[in-house]
Amino acid sequence: MTVLDTVLRRGAATSDPVDASTPAVSVRNLTKRFGTGPVVLDDVSLDVRPGEFVCLLGASGCGKSTLLNVVAGLDAPTAGEVQVPGHRPSLMFQEPALFPWLSSAQNVELALRLRGVGRAERRDEAQRLLALVRLEGAGAKRPHELSGGMRQRVALARALAQDSKVLLMDEPFAALDAITRDVLHDELTRISREVGATVVFVTHNVREAVRLGDRVVLLSSRPGRVVREFAVDIAQPRRIESPEVSALSVEITDHLRAEIRKHAGPTGAAR
Amino acid sequence: MSAPTLEDRTGAELEAGLDALEAGPVEAHRSAGRRTLSAALPPLLALLGILVLWQLVETTRDPDNLPGPQEVWQSVRSEWERGRTQQAIATSLERGVLGFLVSLAVATPIGLLLARVQLLRRAFRPLISGLQSLPSVAWVPAAILWFGLNDLTLYFVILMGAIPSIVNATISGLDQVPPLYQRVGHVLGARGLTLARLVLLPAALPGYLGGLKQGWAFSWRSLMAAELIATSGGLGLGLGQQLDQARTLGDLPGVLSGILAILFVGIAVELLIFAPVERRVLRRRGLLVARH
Repeated sequence: MTVLDTVLRRGAATSDPVDASTPAVSVRNLTKRFGTGPVVLDDVSLDVRPGEFVCLLGASGCGKSTLLNVVAGLDAPTAGEVQVPGHRPSLMFQEPALFPWLSSAQNVELALRLRGVGRAERRDEAQRLLALVRLEGAGAKRPHELSGGMRQRVALARALAQDSKVLLMDEPFAALDAITRDVLHDELTRISREVGATVVFVTHNVREAVRLGDRVVLLSSRPGRVVREFAVDIAQPRRIESPEVSALSVEITDHLRAEIRKHAGPTGAAR
Repeated sequence: MSAPTLEDRTGAELEAGLDALEAGPVEAHRSAGRRTLSAALPPLLALLGILVLWQLVETTRDPDNLPGPQEVWQSVRSEWERGRTQQAIATSLERGVLGFLVSLAVATPIGLLLARVQLLRRAFRPLISGLQSLPSVAWVPAAILWFGLNDLTLYFVILMGAIPSIVNATISGLDQVPPLYQRVGHVLGARGLTLARLVLLPAALPGYLGGLKQGWAFSWRSLMAAELIATSGGLGLGLGQQLDQARTLGDLPGVLSGILAILFVGIAVELLIFAPVERRVLRRRGLLVARH
């Protein structure tokens, strides 16, 4: 898939050709190990175009979360470099991690405040963001009064409040029930297109990756390397149970399993 | 933005339906009167039971050195009517509250520093923990020699009792903040003091409040011990001094009514100040499980 395809498919929201020529996230020959431990990420290179939705897929130990942390600036690379032009990227976790002493709206406002938005604007902007995730009525509610799906939507509103064009997501829906997850997939597709966000989405769920991504990047485990990339040429909004999504999922799963099989053996020699 | 499409609208309805299903039914509210009653009744019954037992021992065994409930109650009343109890409570509370507030102002920054700077923590934490287990009444003789028989001695003993306890509580309150909150703070761009003020301290509040409660208990106990030992004409008459006076007069009902007054202040501070604040903080965070 070319850059031009992406731009055309995504319509007017992100079609600035100058923007599209520089990657929104650029990872060059990234290697990461913690102290003298094993190599977690080995020579990973990845470019993400502005407005693109990339899913990082891999089994346990592929360093997907580490990769996100490095891109987010929470961890330093051991070798190689990471470039994210513009604002600091925002990052969502598997847990919503909302602050329990603040209401939903205040959680969003805190992000705005730390971004330097004035007091007067914060309230309106938080309301706008909550409306975007369809929670306009829940601003006064505290996190414990919300369902898991609603909390994750507030967390999304808070991430969007950083006004970063790059949104990093670390298995954000893994702890949700299947029905809620399905609805949130639709929401994420709608919202990321609406705001023109570049998304890097980590998951170990193949169908989820195919449901959401413009591109699926398969990583090997121990150490994490880019094994293969898959372009997902299926029109959005997709359904996770559609034959197209299933067919590609089968193909990717075969490759994923082949990677996992390499770690078999009585001595674990493949490590 | 264009008009919402059919797809958008059904999406919104789907989501609203899911939210409504997952939010669960609203909790039934009991009336304030009934809640107060169900909270107050068990301790009142327990108190009544103790009084009955006390009276029973007094009438059946009739020991010389045990005044009955009525005798003690009369002593409580006469002390109250002469205004001596109120005076002593006011004097002691003033010392206790002032000492506690100073401890708070000193201990909180120390706790913050020790929680965030590993070297300082390793250096001072054992000492602070040791001081916490040292009964602060042990400082009374030294304090009298340093400061003489005056209020400074009392305040010193309060501080030595309360500060280690509040420092430790601040540290463990901060230690219990989930690491994820700090990472979220980082991602949102909060560093240093901003991170402490907007994320770490509010997150540590429940543990910190528990520590304050304990700090107050230490203040109050230390003060009573110090007042019992440091008695002189120069010092205002606090509850401890009044208790000691009753002892020198061999006034056992007076001694027992003095103990009751100290107990009463302790319960009142817990019920009127700490319990409501703690309840409010925990309820706002959804940490208070309703018990029926």
